[in-house]
Amino acid sequence: MDSRRAPRTVIDPKVRQVGFVTPGAPPPVRSQFVPPDASSSPPRAPDFTSPGNSLSPVMIPPARHASAEGIPSLARASAPVPVPSTAPNPPSPLRRDGALIPIGSYNPSECLLGTSPMRSPSSRMDGSEFSEDMSMASSSWLGRGSSAKATAASLPGTGAEMMAAGKVGGNVVVPAKSSLTTASVVKTLPGLSDKGDVSFVEVHNEAAGVPKSLKQKTSKADRRALQEAQRAAKAAAREAGGGKPSGGTVPTNAGKGEVGKSSQKKDGTSVSGTNIAPEKKVSDRPLEKERKKDVPHPRMQFDDQHRVDKAKKRAVVNQSEARNRVELFRHLPQYVHGTQLPDLESKFFQLDHMHPSVYKVGLQYLAGNITGGNARCIAMLLAFREAIKDYSTPPEKALVRDLTAKVSNYVSFLIECRPLSISMGNAIKFLKSRIAKLPHTLSESEAKSILESDIDRFINEKILLAEKVIVRHAVEKIRNGDVLLTYGCSSVVEMLLLYAHESKKQFRVVVVDSRPKLEGKALLHRLVSKGLNCTYTHINAISYIMHEVTRVFLGASSVLSNGTVYSRVGTACIAMVAHAFHVPVLICCEAYKFHERVQLDSICSNELGDPDVISTVPGRKDLDHLDNWAENENLQLLNLTYDATPSDYVSVIVTDYGLLPPTRKLEIAISSITTEVKISGRAGKDKDTIGDFDFQV
Amino acid sequence: MEAPKSPQSPNPNPGLGISAYYQTRAEHHAVVTSDWLAQAQAAVAPPSPPPERAAPESGRPFSVVEEFNFWRKKPDLAEAVAAIMALAAVIQSSTATTMMELEIELKKASDSLKKGDRSSISLTAGCDLFMRYVTRTTALEYEDFDAAKLRLIERAEKFGEISLKARRTIAMLSQDFIFDGCTILVHGFSRVVLEVLKLAASNRKLFRVFCTEGRPDRTGLRLSNELAALGVPVKLLIDSAVAYTMDEVDMIFVGADGVVESGGIINMMGTYQIALVAHSMNKPVYVAAESYKFARLYPLDQKDLEPAIRKIDFGVPIPSGVEVEECARDYTPPQYLTLLFTDLGVLTPSVVSDELIRLYL
Repeated sequence: MDSRRAPRTVIDPKVRQVGFVTPGAPPPVRSQFVPPDASSSPPRAPDFTSPGNSLSPVMIPPARHASAEGIPSLARASAPVPVPSTAPNPPSPLRRDGALIPIGSYNPSECLLGTSPMRSPSSRMDGSEFSEDMSMASSSWLGRGSSAKATAASLPGTGAEMMAAGKVGGNVVVPAKSSLTTASVVKTLPGLSDKGDVSFVEVHNEAAGVPKSLKQKTSKADRRALQEAQRAAKAAAREAGGGKPSGGTVPTNAGKGEVGKSSQKKDGTSVSGTNIAPEKKVSDRPLEKERKKDVPHPRMQFDDQHRVDKAKKRAVVNQSEARNRVELFRHLPQYVHGTQLPDLESKFFQLDHMHPSVYKVGLQYLAGNITGGNARCIAMLLAFREAIKDYSTPPEKALVRDLTAKVSNYVSFLIECRPLSISMGNAIKFLKSRIAKLPHTLSESEAKSILESDIDRFINEKILLAEKVIVRHAVEKIRNGDVLLTYGCSSVVEMLLLYAHESKKQFRVVVVDSRPKLEGKALLHRLVSKGLNCTYTHINAISYIMHEVTRVFLGASSVLSNGTVYSRVGTACIAMVAHAFHVPVLICCEAYKFHERVQLDSICSNELGDPDVISTVPGRKDLDHLDNWAENENLQLLNLTYDATPSDYVSVIVTDYGLLPPTRKLEIAISSITTEVKISGRAGKDKDTIGDFDFQV
Repeated sequence: MEAPKSPQSPNPNPGLGISAYYQTRAEHHAVVTSDWLAQAQAAVAPPSPPPERAAPESGRPFSVVEEFNFWRKKPDLAEAVAAIMALAAVIQSSTATTMMELEIELKKASDSLKKGDRSSISLTAGCDLFMRYVTRTTALEYEDFDAAKLRLIERAEKFGEISLKARRTIAMLSQDFIFDGCTILVHGFSRVVLEVLKLAASNRKLFRVFCTEGRPDRTGLRLSNELAALGVPVKLLIDSAVAYTMDEVDMIFVGADGVVESGGIINMMGTYQIALVAHSMNKPVYVAAESYKFARLYPLDQKDLEPAIRKIDFGVPIPSGVEVEECARDYTPPQYLTLLFTDLGVLTPSVVSDELIRLYL
């Protein structure tokens, strides 16, 4: 069942043994594995060595107590810190290494989740903040084991809810599990937080101190994390000092309906309120500029009230408050109803800066008329093309700058209508880089025509042609007599099936579908009308139908650099069942949808759909038990749009560059695919790539 | 010595389906012993360049296939290298006057080579790689045709040289992995693996080798013969005794007919089975393969390959109406392999695809 996952853990130590061990000697304790861990996280290094070496036996029992609460989930995230403290015996250096081994045999990249992969400036800011908080929290555990639980519980309470997803405390883990089901009941946290506030403040004061002293040159993400932490600390200190704990504690009772809503507002205003304005200005000034530049950030954390309020002020679309948010998914943009469509339509004449074609596409996104990764991307690009066509540079402005700003404006409008897909993000990146690279000597009309042809070429080469190439590659994997299974409605898979049918292959198709979108019906209709032999079933029957299937073809919204496939919700389920039945899973994905991000679960980044559509079944009046679900504060509905399929369950990814294995090293392929050199022909690079072949030892 | 060969060759009709690749192999294995090789090398090597040069010139209607067959006869030459040599000869004898013409000519030649034996992965891969390596040089656009052609020939020869050296490189790379006192299980007869073990033996490493029998063409017997001559302790197993002996084994060494994009290998029938057993007992599986065996294939399962048919001699007449599985090779997925020793370095299976992309894109 887990045949793909197992060998790695087994093989890694073997390689090391055979390669570097002198024959007769016993295998070394894997001390060489420790230094990279410790050195890769400089701020944590002192924390790590001091408890490991000088931990007195007296201090161990409390640490152990803490570990019973939260270590299991923490150990995954930040390996080296908590583990020594779990050792019940007085630790010797050898013993410490021994304790590390199970974690070392984990995939190191997963272990360092919080540190190295997320440290890159382009990554999300809360990644680094997360790791810092982790180290702080754990260091406080070692110091004050008894209050550790309170600290962990208070973290989400004071404006740090965003971290609840990967959170430490045992208290938080429980709701995390339950909220994965569609209708979940969130346990309100016990009122520990006011007690924990004091320790929390200390923790954050440390957080403010440590990175400053350790490294002067901090990255943008680090600085932002630092600001975030300071602000939270100040807010907490004020509340603790002023005896006004309500602002900090109430939001922990997540999803309390109207109460929750009002309290969130209160929280937001109190944080950005006037009484702390002076000190806030001092700390936030460098930040303000950054924010203006990339607001609203496509990956904004929507449980950060402060920022949400700011974004709301700028927003074109009237953002109504979502009710009964699901705890784990509070950081995502909440689904706002399509009822604002008329509202937005009426605003059309006020939004003079918005090009009508962009406006139209935005409304179509909002209304759900355009769905599917490629269709959305093409619609967006065509709208931008129109906008560029009608564009004229205002006096005393440079085309390059003004147009970039304009495009950013359009993009933020589109984001308000519906969160961007990764493919759209890549297309926007492409367009912006094209604009930025325009030579200044060009006249306006020339520049515009260049951009228009660039957009056309992107659509043709990267999307339409890529689809055709993928079909050519994938069709070779269809044999006569095959039974092909597909899920949802992927445009590439549809093309593939029709092409295979046209080339006279004999096969049968199983279309698997799921509520609430039932996208498969449209696909089924088109396939059947072309004369294909089809079976239609719902995802509930997947384990039954998988017996007869020989190939699974799936589309993808994106493929991430660790091979994770980000796709319509339900894809992971299909892939896992297929894997269990030893049926090859082929993912068809154009190379422009690849992204260098790494994602391990479906929680950090996702899109929320309309919760109403899962509570009601059209045509079934007898099933309307959940009619007034919003009034029940113990009930939240979760309608996820995407999920992440681990690469272990994927046999091959079919791209326009051929068939690629879904391994961790995909980024090499991605970087070579997305570079401009490849787009404009590769004459320049050839010698280098060929030169690699001359490699001799 | 001739025993395994004789029942096969006299077959009235070798058949449309029978894999030429395995036929050549069988022929080679029937004659190859190291002393024979040494003699042959000594006898053939010095005068060999003139006849090879003469062949294309004298026989005016030049044929790649003939050239290829000429090279293929050489027992120590891998099929892919033979193809590379043949293609290099095509450039040499070409009368084309433009780059385009030459390229088309090369393409035709390699197509006809591939058509001759569809089941041989290394032949296809060797031809493809040659086309990539030789024709894709940026210098071509600037120089005049004759200079460019010379350059092509130069590159072709270099490529052939690299391919010839590959085995030695691999043998050197793999020495770190053979430790004193280890037991190595070997399946089939692979010239690379033999080279690896030879070098290890000459480095005075102490190890013993288990050879599978390698039915139906008994390639394991051949290998055990070679190893015994080197003074390495060898034990022969029948193919079905792999699981029985796996306890004592420290590592598995196999060659490969082809390395595919997923990082898996295609090799003689039985490799998959051995890899599965090894995987379940946590033994490392090492593959020794030259980089010209890297093929742009991505098999999803065993049946996703062109089958290479090989006649099997059961010794007794097969009852009528009984089918025989005649496929000569199987596909081992990457998750059952530990490392691949190639002339590009020691690779994990997942890196193979990157290397392939780099080679071909």
